[in-house]
Amino acid sequence: MTLMTATPVLSVRHAHKRFGAVHALRDVGLDAYRGEVLALLGDNGAGKSTLVKCISGVHSLDEGEILLDGEPTALHSPATARDAGIETVYQDLALFDNLTPAQNFYCGRELSYPNWLPRPLRFLRKRPMDREAAAVIERLKVRLPKFDAPVALMSGGQRQAIAVARATVFARKLVILDEPTAALGVRESRKVLDLIAQLRDEGNAVILITHNMEHVVELADRAVVLRQGLKVGELKPERANQQDMVAMIVGAEA
Amino acid sequence: MQGSEARGAEVRGSETAQQKIGAWTEQVTVGIDRPAQGLFAVSLALKLLSLGPLLILALIVALIGSVTPSFLSPGNLSNIAAQTAVIAIVAMGQQLVILTKGIDLSVGANLAFATVMGGLMYRVADSSAAVILTMILTGGLVGAVNGIVYVYGRLPHPFIITLATLSICRGLALEFSVGHTTMRGMPDVVTFLGGEASLGLPNSFFVVAGVALLILVMTKSMVWGRWIYAVGGQPVAALEMGIPVKGVLVSVYVMSGLCAGIGAVALAGRTAAGSPLYGNLLELDTIAAVIIGGASFLGGRGHLGHALIGAVMIGVIRNALNLLGVDVFFQMIAIGTIIVLAVEADVLRNYLEGRSRVLQARRSQ
Repeated sequence: MTLMTATPVLSVRHAHKRFGAVHALRDVGLDAYRGEVLALLGDNGAGKSTLVKCISGVHSLDEGEILLDGEPTALHSPATARDAGIETVYQDLALFDNLTPAQNFYCGRELSYPNWLPRPLRFLRKRPMDREAAAVIERLKVRLPKFDAPVALMSGGQRQAIAVARATVFARKLVILDEPTAALGVRESRKVLDLIAQLRDEGNAVILITHNMEHVVELADRAVVLRQGLKVGELKPERANQQDMVAMIVGAEA
Repeated sequence: MQGSEARGAEVRGSETAQQKIGAWTEQVTVGIDRPAQGLFAVSLALKLLSLGPLLILALIVALIGSVTPSFLSPGNLSNIAAQTAVIAIVAMGQQLVILTKGIDLSVGANLAFATVMGGLMYRVADSSAAVILTMILTGGLVGAVNGIVYVYGRLPHPFIITLATLSICRGLALEFSVGHTTMRGMPDVVTFLGGEASLGLPNSFFVVAGVALLILVMTKSMVWGRWIYAVGGQPVAALEMGIPVKGVLVSVYVMSGLCAGIGAVALAGRTAAGSPLYGNLLELDTIAAVIIGGASFLGGRGHLGHALIGAVMIGVIRNALNLLGVDVFFQMIAIGTIIVLAVEADVLRNYLEGRSRVLQARRSQ
């Protein structure tokens, strides 16, 4: 918590987002710091995914601002967010079943040449991409059946690991993980939690959305709780206040 | 996966029940790494399935060759090559569209319209370059209309727009040919490309090879090609990964239209004429070729080879049934039956991939 004095790598201030009549985010604010895991908690429909999509450039805020390293930043598209160093592991993983892990890693930002050509017409640098992807897979100790097989042939845990590993390659500031363990068994979840810890240790800010309080207590340095689009609390998750967190999430008396 | 899990549990030394169980099963299963035999069988079946179309083509050729020796004569083979060329060229464009979960029904009418436009240009100027360019650009323009209306008109599926341009192109072709069913005459280079032979092979074969080489480089070595596979595999993910999905979609319809235009050059060259009646049911032939060849109708899977194998298979079956004197109606039935088999093979492939996923998960538990 000594990092709290530093400039947050991400600050969201007074965020509002409406979808028609639905006021999905109401004056939400949060800060994320390097080397820290921030848990984003809330029941279904609380606004977690909306907030995350605003940070990762999928939606834009109706009001409020997003600051990166203290600088106000407009994140118009997923591409600008990624360029700014924000990586998101979506709930649907955003993996391409028909591509190999290495192709998945670089999809949308392929290494290519020559630079004077428009991007779609450049030639792929396949070997450096394969090498780098293999190195990351190796470093993160992700075990894959075959490195050159399409992702379609891999298990839920392996796919999740690939999605998280992809984020680790490119993350420079912030990694957002939207329910990364929701579809996984105990052992595969363990592996993903280890990857998250590694991301944090490498100096990234991590925002973790999960319904699993065990994981929150184990990994998160702080927790922000949303309910019906409002930020209803922020606390340091501990085994002792686990019940309070749950109460905050569902809106019961603590 | 197992080794590091155990390490993670030890290092953190946490007391959660989940981790205890994790660490405990770790000790039981570590190092065993069961060779999942089911997995081996499934991967073998998947491999066979991916080679299926080529094997079937080889089988058909061998079978027909043994029944009617004239089938394998050089003359007949080059005949097949010439007859297959148009389907092959247009199917390669159709393949790109199908890769993105799309369909281009307009290719046949587009091709006819392009030959008519080429014929009109020939009446104005006896220039091979002008005629060829007219045909290819007409094809590309129709493709651009397909793609732009589909994407920016926010249509749910390209079926309707390409059905509409099928009708429009056929109508325009009939209108512009002012009542002639054939517009005789094509410039030298066009008849050379479509109708003559070099090195014992029809020149249209080399046109197919040229288009194939170009598309091969674009799809396999260029960023654009990678994006086509990404968009076809998982359109939502492609957006999330910052790929210009709309541009990619428009581009494949333009490519399909350009291929129809090149097909128009080959057909007009072979017959030394343009006609508003050309390319009838070519859309079905090309879709059939792509699917029979082994590409997935669900998008994201398939390559150039599938379109080519499928086109050759259709050409070979038609030719062989002609040689054997089988009724033309039966040809249609035969090709329809093969399409059903090919689509079922695709379903089977999806099922086997699901099995593979389950077996992978079980192995890493």
